[in-house]
Amino acid sequence: MKSASTLRSRSRALAGLLVAFTCGPAEAHLNTTGMGPVYDGLMHFVTSPEDLVPVLALALLAGLRGARYGRRAMLALPVAWLLGSLCGLFAALTSAGPLAASLWFLVLGGLVLVDAKVSPRLLTALCALLGLFHGYLNGTGMGFSVQAIAAVLGVAGAVFVVVVLVAALVVRLRAQWGRIAVRVGGSWIAASGLLMFGWFIRGT
Amino acid sequence: MTPSTKRRSTIALVLLTALWAQSAMGHMLQGEAYGFVTGFLHPISGADHVLAMVAVGLWGAQLGAPAIWVLPVAFPLVMAMGAMLGFLGVPIPGVEYGIAASAIVLGTAVAFELRPALVIAAVLVGGFAIFHGHAHGTELPPGQSALLYSMGFVIATGCLHAAGIGIGTVYRRRWGQRLLRVAGTIVAGGGFFFMWKAIA
Repeated sequence: MKSASTLRSRSRALAGLLVAFTCGPAEAHLNTTGMGPVYDGLMHFVTSPEDLVPVLALALLAGLRGARYGRRAMLALPVAWLLGSLCGLFAALTSAGPLAASLWFLVLGGLVLVDAKVSPRLLTALCALLGLFHGYLNGTGMGFSVQAIAAVLGVAGAVFVVVVLVAALVVRLRAQWGRIAVRVGGSWIAASGLLMFGWFIRGT
Repeated sequence: MTPSTKRRSTIALVLLTALWAQSAMGHMLQGEAYGFVTGFLHPISGADHVLAMVAVGLWGAQLGAPAIWVLPVAFPLVMAMGAMLGFLGVPIPGVEYGIAASAIVLGTAVAFELRPALVIAAVLVGGFAIFHGHAHGTELPPGQSALLYSMGFVIATGCLHAAGIGIGTVYRRRWGQRLLRVAGTIVAGGGFFFMWKAIA
């Protein structure tokens, strides 16, 4: 008969092994606001420039093209983001790295810079692509849980608010200098993307 | 259980735990704001940079639309391409001379109110931007966010152009036109100083 202390230590060892073997990744990916997962998701979006800036660029582009485009973007982008995030919640962790961010900056910033006459279909496709892609990355970073679903809703809500406000602001611009300022903003985004691409090539 | 067996069991447990542990992806955003601030301060901290970039805005204000926005748009984009050349390891001879020459030429253009065709002005400004990008765009301090550094660098450059354009709004007044010529002369003088420093 084993002594009680031996049994206790074996039980502890077994418990320790179980904890060690079954632990999931500690995905401390969200900023904690103290106001719940919805606001944590919202805060995550507004403090992640690799997510925020492409959305800003797309909202600027939609605003430059007019109210009809703005309405499309404000529906298509958050819905795609939500779908992408929900898919990502169940997927394995992946990382797009700086290449994807730099390409989004370059493409969307460039389109704003040249005030591209994109068709409504192309704008919707861009919204869907951006939303699905970035939403998916957001989702994989969070991992599946009830809190993560609430956080995803917070992110999608933040995307909606940013697109609505920015696109509406640009649609309302009547003065020529205002539209030029928007296009200059696009050039800054594209230039940042180009620099980012350079960092990627160098392997920083 | 002997003490030796207990020690072996402990070592085995520690090893198993170490080998099985999954990565803790604590996504702390350390150094992010620092990266932006470093990038933002970089163009502002060099007088040669500041002179040339403000001169771009001043010249754009003198030339009027569309140069007033084409030149400040061309500069950051071509500057980023210059930085790309730096990243790729493509050497550009005489970078310091090029930066000093940019202040001399752009200052002279403002001082004499030169009015070339828009394409020529844009090519001139873009050509000098390559030197600025090659010299300064590639200097990311280790451990900082490349994305935020890039954004800070570009935004600061744009703000310097905007400052030049803001100063250039006095061009509408007669005294303002004289003031801009004086400002151009100061920029060119600064350029000669940096050229002398580069040669010496």
